Amino acid sequence: MRAATRRSWWKTGVGLALTGLMLFPVYWMVNVSFTRDRDMRASPPHLFPADGTWDGYRAVLDQQLPYLGTSFLVGLGTVALTVALAAPAGYALAKLQPPGGPVLSFVLLIAQMIPGIIMAMGFYAGYLQLGVLNTLPGLILADSTLAVPFGVLIFTAFMSGIPDELTQAALVDGAGRLRTFWSVVLPVSRNSIVTVSLFAFLWSWSDFVYASTLAGGGEHQPITLGIYHYIGNNNQQWNAIMATAVVASVPAAVLLVLAQRYVSTGVTAGAVKD
Amino acid sequence: MLPTTRTSPTARGRGGATGAPPRPRRRRPGRWSAWWFLAPVTGYLVACYAYPLYRNVELSLREYTVRSFVQGGAPFAGLDNYRTVLADPTFGPAVAHTLVFTAASLAFQFTIGMALALFFQQHFPLSRTLRALILVPWLLPLIVSASTWSWLLNSDSGLVNAALGVVGVEPVNWLTSPRWSLVSVIVANVWIGIPFNLVVLHSGLQAIPAEVYEASALDGATGWQRFWSITFPLLRPVSAVTLLLGLIYTLKVFDIIWIMTRGGPTGSSTTLATWSYRLGFGNLLPEFGPGAAVGNLLIAAALVAGLGYLRAQWKQGLR
Repeated sequence: MRAATRRSWWKTGVGLALTGLMLFPVYWMVNVSFTRDRDMRASPPHLFPADGTWDGYRAVLDQQLPYLGTSFLVGLGTVALTVALAAPAGYALAKLQPPGGPVLSFVLLIAQMIPGIIMAMGFYAGYLQLGVLNTLPGLILADSTLAVPFGVLIFTAFMSGIPDELTQAALVDGAGRLRTFWSVVLPVSRNSIVTVSLFAFLWSWSDFVYASTLAGGGEHQPITLGIYHYIGNNNQQWNAIMATAVVASVPAAVLLVLAQRYVSTGVTAGAVKD
Repeated sequence: MLPTTRTSPTARGRGGATGAPPRPRRRRPGRWSAWWFLAPVTGYLVACYAYPLYRNVELSLREYTVRSFVQGGAPFAGLDNYRTVLADPTFGPAVAHTLVFTAASLAFQFTIGMALALFFQQHFPLSRTLRALILVPWLLPLIVSASTWSWLLNSDSGLVNAALGVVGVEPVNWLTSPRWSLVSVIVANVWIGIPFNLVVLHSGLQAIPAEVYEASALDGATGWQRFWSITFPLLRPVSAVTLLLGLIYTLKVFDIIWIMTRGGPTGSSTTLATWSYRLGFGNLLPEFGPGAAVGNLLIAAALVAGLGYLRAQWKQGLR
């Protein structure tokens, strides 16, 4: 018994080492964000921010808040649009067996495989004519393409698991389809709504392709462009660049902690059939 | 079947009155009405997928200038843009880099992801927490990962060169020498891809029944034999899906390469994706036509990979 415990602690040690190795670049980002300018080119580099500085974070507060605000708005808009489009579709595909449903699912699968850089060029041409280039709604619409097909597939998979008795009881009680969807299906699908929202937010928050092509010339630019401009203009102040990177990673970190199980659900549900 | 899909009582009554046999229930109004729920997403697919793709094809078939891009009226050019692209000296290297980038990324991501999945499949204190933490690189915005790796690989002050210096290796110009730029972006991309492979393969491992392993343990199989003759074959469907998804994602990779090297120096890390972007958006004088043509070649490659993926999914569904 004791030997077994000791053996598994030994494994924990190896696990910690492997995790540490994988996360080392993340640590390095944090470390550099606290490093003073004059230590930045030190050789060998300082492994800990011994004489740390908050200068980088001060620069974030001074210069990057508007970018963060834009990303936040775009993220929320993308989540709202994605759930509004994907949840009803998931309900129909899972519960109503519409003619042509499998074809639609197939189209959604294919849609996920189209490289964003190609969509960006088409969006750019269309947006130029419509006059929505460099606007928030335009960017939200483009960013939602990252998540809508995935969202429909997740909702379909989840809602297929809702017992038919539940939806049929509602129908027998005289609720229409819309009412059944709104008052029965949506409330019990809370977990899948969380999963889809989480990924829609993360993907739009991380988006660089659409941001740089469709919002690069506007007043409202997301944080990915904030970092990108920083790297271009200002490559001396790496603590500010890395501090912005740390701040831009906060949503990912928070979501990982708060919604761990939804994250793994999302990763695997998108990829593997049960 | 749902109650509403039945033929309504009045229709049945009328049929009975005329003595005609009941009509076959071909029309199912209830099922068609489901399309009210699908209409928004269908409209969306047309507007946000079909239209951009159509525009992209149209762009690639016309002779666009900045002026005609804004005002319209670009002359039809047929396949000229494709000819231009195929004859461009960038084409061969871009295809080669795309292939090397994709193959190397997949091989390393998958192997390391598999090793980690096998390790974290064992139960030990903190195994779940550590496995969740390893997801972090995958969730970080790509621009964050790319700029962090840029700094780690910096020629003068990067940690990688400092570490190599300790063991007596001369500093390497990771991002600024044509020899190493592709290797550098592959390293960063592998790092980002490991967590995805880990999670999917781990969920596949969970699905293998424990009895199979118990039986093999009774037969005295070693760990390595267990892996080659049980785990690996049983995991094949999941592995296929993981690799194919990885293939589709890797063909699309643009952010990491663009941010770390912009496809350079001298095109040494240019792939089809970064080339397409550079033609369309990365120069002062955009070449939308050739850019779109490169993009469409990339789509063709992604679709071939995608059909392979669907075939694998379908086969797995038959099991």
